[in-house]
Amino acid sequence: MTRRTREALLAYAMLLPSLVIFAWFFFYPLYRLVEMGLHQKNRAGTAERWVGWSQFSDVLGGDEFREGVRITGTYVLYTVPLGLVLGVLLAVAANRRLKGIKVFQAIFSSTIATSVAVASVIFFVLLNPQVGYFSSVEWFSLSDPDTALRGVALSSVWQNLGLTFVIVLAGLQAVPEEVDEAATLDGYGPVRRFFRVTLPMISPTLLFLVVVLVIFALQAFAQSDILTGGGPLGSTETLVWKIFNSQQPLDQGVGAVMAVGLFAITLVVSLAQFLILERRVHYGN
Amino acid sequence: MSEVAFDGVTKRFGDVTAVDQLTLTVHDGELLVLLGPSGCGKTTALRMVAGLEAVTEGELRIGDRVVNEVEAKDRDVAMVFQSYALYPHMTVARNIESPLVTRRFDTGDGVRRKLSAAERDQRVRDAAASLGLTELLGRKPAALSGGQRQRVALARAMVARPSAFLMDEPLSNLDAKLRVQTRIELVELHRRLGATFVYVTHDQVEAMTMADRIAVLDHGRLQQVGPPQAVYERPRNLFVARFIGSPPMNTLPGIVVRAGTGDGGSTTVRIGSQDLPLRAATAEGLADGTQVVVGIRPEDLVVDADGPLKAEVRAVEWLGHERLVVCELHDQRTIVRQPVGAAPVGVGEVLPLSADPARVHLFDPRTTERLP
Repeated sequence: MTRRTREALLAYAMLLPSLVIFAWFFFYPLYRLVEMGLHQKNRAGTAERWVGWSQFSDVLGGDEFREGVRITGTYVLYTVPLGLVLGVLLAVAANRRLKGIKVFQAIFSSTIATSVAVASVIFFVLLNPQVGYFSSVEWFSLSDPDTALRGVALSSVWQNLGLTFVIVLAGLQAVPEEVDEAATLDGYGPVRRFFRVTLPMISPTLLFLVVVLVIFALQAFAQSDILTGGGPLGSTETLVWKIFNSQQPLDQGVGAVMAVGLFAITLVVSLAQFLILERRVHYGN
Repeated sequence: MSEVAFDGVTKRFGDVTAVDQLTLTVHDGELLVLLGPSGCGKTTALRMVAGLEAVTEGELRIGDRVVNEVEAKDRDVAMVFQSYALYPHMTVARNIESPLVTRRFDTGDGVRRKLSAAERDQRVRDAAASLGLTELLGRKPAALSGGQRQRVALARAMVARPSAFLMDEPLSNLDAKLRVQTRIELVELHRRLGATFVYVTHDQVEAMTMADRIAVLDHGRLQQVGPPQAVYERPRNLFVARFIGSPPMNTLPGIVVRAGTGDGGSTTVRIGSQDLPLRAATAEGLADGTQVVVGIRPEDLVVDADGPLKAEVRAVEWLGHERLVVCELHDQRTIVRQPVGAAPVGVGEVLPLSADPARVHLFDPRTTERLP
């Protein structure tokens, strides 16, 4: 055995544990999902029959899935830009050397410590149509099918704000002070300095956040489930909500197909983001 | 072109005084080096000129203008940072152009105005050409070597044709060889531009080789200012004596001894039990028995069979062009600098040393000031 072969074998041997875990928890479930999508169970779940790829084309081309994509897409548009802008604003505000600034930094990042469920319960108290503090604000009223998704999105924005804040703050603190000072000497005012120097220099951080926040939004489920139960009139039924609520044996095949669909969407969106944004993003030395 | 003047300038950060009552004028067209150990206040002094730190007390002038309250961009100065502080997302051309984009300039037609894109482009090309950067204009800083980045930073400083250049340890990120080469280029650049340069460094070799005048700072206070050779030859206090020169000046405790009076009298300084002759002028006004610190540069100690000082050799360091003999003289580490051709010495040997009385310095042990 040549040295090269031996090293290659050793390398694969050392990769084996992670491959096993990856296969077990990722490839096998994905395979099972596709398999489920090719079958339909009876009402009791005691038997299943092969229905083939037609189930894929029926479900992915159907109104239910299309509606789920529309709602989830809207949800992405509600949560990602707003969350990003707020996070950057907070981070810029907190990125200075002041006495007690750590207190503000701790407060701004505190939502990291909350779970989706906690955030949703908090917003339930705030937005509940009967008892919520802000139940009278029509713009994000949970009782109106046209606005309910905004209320749900709001809780998500709030909950993700801590993470966005911390990551943007870290990005800002990695910008060398001397570069900022050079810009001051070059006559850049605060606004121009921000857009021409700071923002380009934290663009890798922002790309990372866009990808993460989009994936979070594509996976949104608990917010809808707790705040609105998918209503009113199904207006907050995100894709994952629909998938989760396909638990009746009769619906499981349909849910599996939608899950595969969501997986494909997430994959394509992430790849597209990296390909498109990478060219416009500056990576440092 | 204009001078930069500190008039009683103080900078305090809370309870810490970084610069203490600094009064110093950098003449028009001069290359002045602010020299001192880290934390001595030299960078803070420079940053006050740039407008990056506010002056706590005193008056700072550039030309005939008091600039205490003038914004950084309106001071007509350019700064070269230690890290170069290039914009990593911009090309070399955009980096160099940056100081021209928002500021107004006197273009000779009487009105201060922003430069047109064509004018900016011309200036960028001129600055790049004069520093040999033309080929690199389209690259980004990440694709440049350290020396090239340094030149881009210089070009960015030059392009606005400021009346004063402020440089904060611009060579410290370069390797030793490049540093020596760039040092010479900077001096040439200074000569060509004829502008005022304020140059901060902790490296006394840089200071000695580049400066028209050196200003030595310690603990925020100006210790001495003068041409490099003058500061080297007549350090005003022990700090300057020990800081400038490599290896540093030998300093030994001693006592002034006067024997006889008038022309027949002699003055010596006793180091331990050994008497080193002094010039009358060196000890002028010092009474018999005055305690002093004796300073002798390593190159001023010579091996001499009749030498009054006896030093035991501890080590010999060969540097190629010279050698340093590390001795012990009354429990004080003392270094003798010798040409390579000098008679060989062995470790443990006792060397008789003498020093030219004209090259012996005396300092007050309490105030550390030069005597008399």
